[in-house]
Amino acid sequence: MPAAAAEPTLDIDGLLGDQRTRIVVCCGAGGVGKTTIAASLGLRAAEAGRRVVVLTIDPARRLAQSLGLSELDNTPRPVSGFDTSAGGTLDAMMLDMKRTFDEVVEAHATPEKAQQILANPFYQAVSSSFAGTQEYMAMEKLGQLRARAASEDTWDLIVVDTPPSRSALDFLDAPKRLGSFLDGRFIRLLMAPAKAGGRAYLKVFSSGVTMATSVMSKVLGGQVLQDVQTFVAALDTMFGGFRERADKTYALLKNPETAFVVVAAPERDALREASYFIDRLDQEGMPLAGVVVNRIQRVAATTLSRSRALAAAEQLAESRAGSDDPSETAGLTEGLLRLHASLAETAERQEALARRFAAGQPGIALVEVPAAASDIHDIEGLRAVGHALAAG
Amino acid sequence: MTAAASPHAGVRLHIVTGKGGTGKTTVAAALALALAQQGKRVLLAEVEERQGISQTFDVPPIGHDETRIVHERGGGELYALSVDVRESLMEYLQKFYKLGRAGTVLEKVGAVDFATTIAPGLRDVLLIGKVYEAAGRRRGGRHHDRGGPEYDAVVLDAPPTGRVVRFLNVNAEVADVARVGPIRTQADSITRLLRSHTTAVHVVSLLEEMPVQETVDALEELRKASLPLGAIVINQVNDPLLGSEGLAAVGARADGLSASVTADLKSASVRTSAAMVAGLLAEAEEHVDRVALQQEQEAVLLEQGRQVYRLPLLPEGTDAGGIRVLADALTEQGMI
Repeated sequence: MPAAAAEPTLDIDGLLGDQRTRIVVCCGAGGVGKTTIAASLGLRAAEAGRRVVVLTIDPARRLAQSLGLSELDNTPRPVSGFDTSAGGTLDAMMLDMKRTFDEVVEAHATPEKAQQILANPFYQAVSSSFAGTQEYMAMEKLGQLRARAASEDTWDLIVVDTPPSRSALDFLDAPKRLGSFLDGRFIRLLMAPAKAGGRAYLKVFSSGVTMATSVMSKVLGGQVLQDVQTFVAALDTMFGGFRERADKTYALLKNPETAFVVVAAPERDALREASYFIDRLDQEGMPLAGVVVNRIQRVAATTLSRSRALAAAEQLAESRAGSDDPSETAGLTEGLLRLHASLAETAERQEALARRFAAGQPGIALVEVPAAASDIHDIEGLRAVGHALAAG
Repeated sequence: MTAAASPHAGVRLHIVTGKGGTGKTTVAAALALALAQQGKRVLLAEVEERQGISQTFDVPPIGHDETRIVHERGGGELYALSVDVRESLMEYLQKFYKLGRAGTVLEKVGAVDFATTIAPGLRDVLLIGKVYEAAGRRRGGRHHDRGGPEYDAVVLDAPPTGRVVRFLNVNAEVADVARVGPIRTQADSITRLLRSHTTAVHVVSLLEEMPVQETVDALEELRKASLPLGAIVINQVNDPLLGSEGLAAVGARADGLSASVTADLKSASVRTSAAMVAGLLAEAEEHVDRVALQQEQEAVLLEQGRQVYRLPLLPEGTDAGGIRVLADALTEQGMI
C-alpha cells in the first residue's frame, strides 16, 4: 500500500511476541474501534502463547458476550473458544468504576471508616459521576492487575482499552487531576476546620479562607460543605499516599514494558485526535508502539481504476438505451462498475488522509486494518482483525 | 413543503446527542443552520471544549463569547458558543451573589479548580446552567421588541449517548446533594426547562450495530429520566448502488453470472481478467451483506416510535458547503 512505502510498518507480532512487553494501552477518539482492536490484540497474543488479560471499558454487548462477559463484575474471567495449542491463556474483564472505587476505600480504611465513607453522599456522587472517575479507575485497575500479575504470576501481558472520553488525552490527565485535587490547597483549606489548631501556614490565608468557606457554604448550602469536609477528612487519613499511588501508575505508563497503540479511523477528526495523542505521549516520554488506522476501505478489483469503471458504466448505460437486444446483466454490470467506482473513491480519499497523517508523523510505525463487511462480535471476527493487524 | 406543522415546531431547545463517531456535532450544526435559514436567530452551543463548531464551519476558534458565524440573506443569524466552565462559574457567582471579589479569592485558594474539574457534576451544572441562561435570556436594551427572547432557538451539541443522561439529569443529582440553598433553586428551574415540551433530545445514529444499540439504550434512559425525546437522525446514509434485482442476483450467486458480466465489460471495452471480475463480484457480495445489515439496523430504529430523518453520506466530508447540503435535507424532510 502506498502509505507503507514511506513509513515503517507497525510489527504487531513482534510487539506481542516480545516477552518484555507487559502492558499494551489502546487509545484514540471515540468510535474508532478501540475495544475491538484491544480484544483482537489480546486474542492474538494468547493464541501465540502469552498469558493475557484484557481490560475493557465499554464493549459492545455482543462483543462482550463473545468474550464471556455477560455480567459486569469487575473481575477477570477466562475466555473460551480460542486456540490454546501454543499454551496461552486469555482472561477478560469489564471495568465497573464505582466498584473499583469502593474496593480502593475498603482496602485502605478500617471497616468502620470504610462504612462511613461509602455512606457519605459526597463520596457517592464522586464515585459515580465525578469527571474523570472512569479514567482514574481504569488506571487504578491497571495498577491492580499489574501488581497481581507480578505477585501471583497470573498474566504476562495486560491489554487495556481506554474510556470513551471526550478527548483521548483525558485518560492521561484525569489521574493527575484527582491527585492534585487531593493534594491541593483547597482540600487542606476545607479540612482546616476539621483539624483543630491546623497547620501554621494556613493562617497566612486565614482571611481568604474564612471568606472562601463562607462563599462555599452560601453557594452550596451548609450541608454540602459539611459532607465534603467529612469526606475529605476521612480520605486524608486513609489515603496517606494517594498522590503516590496515582504517580506510581503514571510512572508505569512511562516504563518501557508498556506500549501505547493509538487507534484512529481514516477520518479527519479521528486522525487529528491521534496526532494530539502522539505529541502528548512524546512530551511525557511514554512509549508509543505505533498507530492503527482502523476500518480502511479496500477494493477487491484492484486493476480497475475509478475513472475507467465510470467510463465503462456510462458506455453500458448508453448501449442499453440504444440497443434492441441488451444483455440481461448489462444493468447489473453497470451497477457493479458504479459500486466499484464509489468504493475506489472512498479508498483513495482514506489513503490520502492516512498518507497526509503519516507525513505529519515521520518515523511513526503505522498499520492499516481493512474495514470488515459486518460488525465484529465473535472470536473468529477478532481473529481476522488480529490477522489483518499482523499482516500490515 | 408539507402543510403539516413540524413535530418540533414548538421546540426552542434542541439537544443533539449520539454515540461518539456518529457525527452529532455535524448534525447539530446542520440543524442550527437549517433553523437560521428559516430566518431565525439561533445559538449553537458546544460544552466539551472540542472546537467542533469552529472545525465544522471552518471559522476561527469559538470562545465563551457568543459569536456570529453565519448571516443568512433572509435575515437569519447563527451564533456559536463554546461554553467555558470557569467563565460560567464566575458569571454565576457574579449574577447570583454579586461576588466579583470572592470569585478571585476562590480562584486563589483553588476552589475554582475544584468546582470546575473535580466536584461531582458541578461542572455539568455550570455547563447546562450557561445554556439555560442563554436559552432564557431576554433581548435587552434599546429595541422596541425588548423583552422577546434573545434567541429563537438554541441547539446544544451535547455529550455522547453514554454520558448524556447523567449530564442532562445532573440537576436532579444536585437536588439529592444540595437539599436547600440557591444551587437547589437553580437546579430545579433547569430541570423544569429540560423536561418541558419546548425541549427535545435528538439522537444521531449510523446504520451500524453499536450506534443503533446505543441509540435504543439512550432513548430508554432518556425516557426513564423524563427527558423529552425528539427525533432519530440517521447520519451518513449511503444509497444502495445496486438495484434490488442486482442485489438478489449477486446474493444468489446466480450461475453464469461472471461469464455474463465479463461479456458486458468486454462490450464496454474493458480489458477484463478473471481476477477483476471476481473482485467486482466480491465487492458486490460485501455490499449485499452491508445493505442487509443496514436494513436490519434501520428496522430497529424505525421500531422506536420516533420521527426518523436521514442525512446522506458526504464523500467530501463536512466543510461549510457540506453542512448546507445536510441543513437542506433536514428542512426538506420537515424536521423543523
